[in-house]
Amino acid sequence: MSIVKSVTCPVCGCLCDDIELTIADGKVTQVKNGCAMCESKFLNYISEHRTKTPLVRKDGKLVPVSYEEAIHKSAEILANANYPILYGWSSTDCEAQRVGVEIAENVGGVLDNTAVVCHGPSILGVQEVGIPTATLGQIRHRADLIIYWGCDPWSAHPRHLERYTSFTDGRFESSEWKSYLNKVKASIGEKKLSSAARRRGLHCESTETVSDNKPPETLNKEGRKLVVVDVRETMTAKAADYFIQVKPGKDFELMQAIRALVKEQELDVDEVGGVSVKYLEELVDVMINAQFGVIFFGMGLTQSAGKFRNIEDAISLIRDLNMRTKFVIIPMRGHFNVTGANTVFTWQSGYPYAIDFSLGYPQYNPGETSVVDILLRKESDAALVIASDPVSNFPKKAAEHLVKNPLIVIDPHMNVTSMVGDVVFPSSIVGIEKEGTAYRMDHVPLPLKKVVEAPEGFLSDEEILTRILEEVRRIKSQKSKEAN
Amino acid sequence: MVQQKLHVTLLTGRTIEQGVGKEAGKATKGYFESTTMCYMDICDMKKLGIKNKTNILVTTPNGAVVLRAVKYPRGAMPSMIYIPYGPWANSIVSNETTSIGMPSFRGTPAEVEAAPDKPVLSLKELLKSQFGK
Repeated sequence: MSIVKSVTCPVCGCLCDDIELTIADGKVTQVKNGCAMCESKFLNYISEHRTKTPLVRKDGKLVPVSYEEAIHKSAEILANANYPILYGWSSTDCEAQRVGVEIAENVGGVLDNTAVVCHGPSILGVQEVGIPTATLGQIRHRADLIIYWGCDPWSAHPRHLERYTSFTDGRFESSEWKSYLNKVKASIGEKKLSSAARRRGLHCESTETVSDNKPPETLNKEGRKLVVVDVRETMTAKAADYFIQVKPGKDFELMQAIRALVKEQELDVDEVGGVSVKYLEELVDVMINAQFGVIFFGMGLTQSAGKFRNIEDAISLIRDLNMRTKFVIIPMRGHFNVTGANTVFTWQSGYPYAIDFSLGYPQYNPGETSVVDILLRKESDAALVIASDPVSNFPKKAAEHLVKNPLIVIDPHMNVTSMVGDVVFPSSIVGIEKEGTAYRMDHVPLPLKKVVEAPEGFLSDEEILTRILEEVRRIKSQKSKEAN
Repeated sequence: MVQQKLHVTLLTGRTIEQGVGKEAGKATKGYFESTTMCYMDICDMKKLGIKNKTNILVTTPNGAVVLRAVKYPRGAMPSMIYIPYGPWANSIVSNETTSIGMPSFRGTPAEVEAAPDKPVLSLKELLKSQFGK
């Protein structure tokens, strides 16, 4: 039995690098410091849901084949396609992503990553107005006002508060964990009283009402403050000093109103997006009086009405606030290396996602060259999907055309896309069975460790892609010789 | 008075159970349980005359899917339903990318009706019905 310390967790964009794993008989048997998702990944990496051998669909059924046969079949599909798409990339390492760019260029395909259905609008917003940002380390040590807007880290990035924001002790700011625990204790007491009253028939079942958004006294407390803006009361909102329940699709209006108040302009209305202007004024006072504020934002802004305009507005708000105090903004990236995918694609091609190589040089026009749009227009004639699950995550209409394409899937597990794929590759798991590099949500690159051996004979994503690339080159060169 | 149909706004997103399920495997029971549920406001459930874990049919212009209605445990979210990301949610979300590549995963108008006798499709049944594979 051995213990491996300082392992980087390959699950979400937090890339927590303090995980301790106990290894016994070549398997991970215990996980320390990780969240529920981290434990689930490290303890279930070997299960019956793991793909055990390469598979090729023959007569409607996936049948086991050798890596050589699957690689040849995949290379044939890609080399013969007119407009293939190469999608995913966010749950693998930068080394594999780099090979992906080379394949896309070689086959004249469209290279896209999962940002297109998560923070693609954030990238568009940043390209419009830039981004004042910081590392999570700076925020941990200095931020005294944390705002989560349209995101629920308690559910999607469970250790974000504990490692980087409200519940961590920084050099200049202290953890608010104790004040949260007191709040939880008070809430449990209230629930017990209410339950006892209900049992004795003193009052009927309470029905929750929409928050009136009045700022509680805790908004003006000493120390780090946590504000959450969302359309529903999330777990993170429960921990907040001030929760603002905005009406669905009204984030843009709310942000515009806050921007106006930051600029000391008067508003002609009493409420915006379900929030009274007098309460917004109190919030703006807290924002301006902060020494170092940060807004983290998620899918609540990028996927709802306004999309990239919401992000552009949020960044513009940060710019306005920086005329009065110090503020930064960071997107809450989901997959552990989606930031790496954007970074690698940008340094290789000039563009972060939705890159079309069909004319022999990279073109970028999300809405036209983005994978979902290409699938909806039914233009692609082959697809390679790696380290993601678009059949599960795309709208049905887009997934329908993807499934009609000859579909190559590279993934350690049998996911939904693998189930309907035509060539399926098992691969070693990056961050568990293979070392590599990944970028944290704040663009800090971190090394991923290899802690156990991959099942015998398994290739890594990078090796599979490299061999497909070599085979594509061989087929193309043969074709070219035959043509001459 | 019990209503037959309720007009709501569809939201999709993450839950910790869905996150744990996806890491354990998409074919696991945990993933199925966590992605075939639909959070509803308790008042909206009363309007439809349904109890916790009653099956409901959610219909949008993009399709229809049967899910289990679950009372939202924190605060009110009237006229909103929340379905965790997964193939069931994505069978009904809007594919409108508004010319920037991003489908509208949140904010799709939807109708909800009680469907206690309709079953929630398994992953294999859902894939077969959608893609024939």
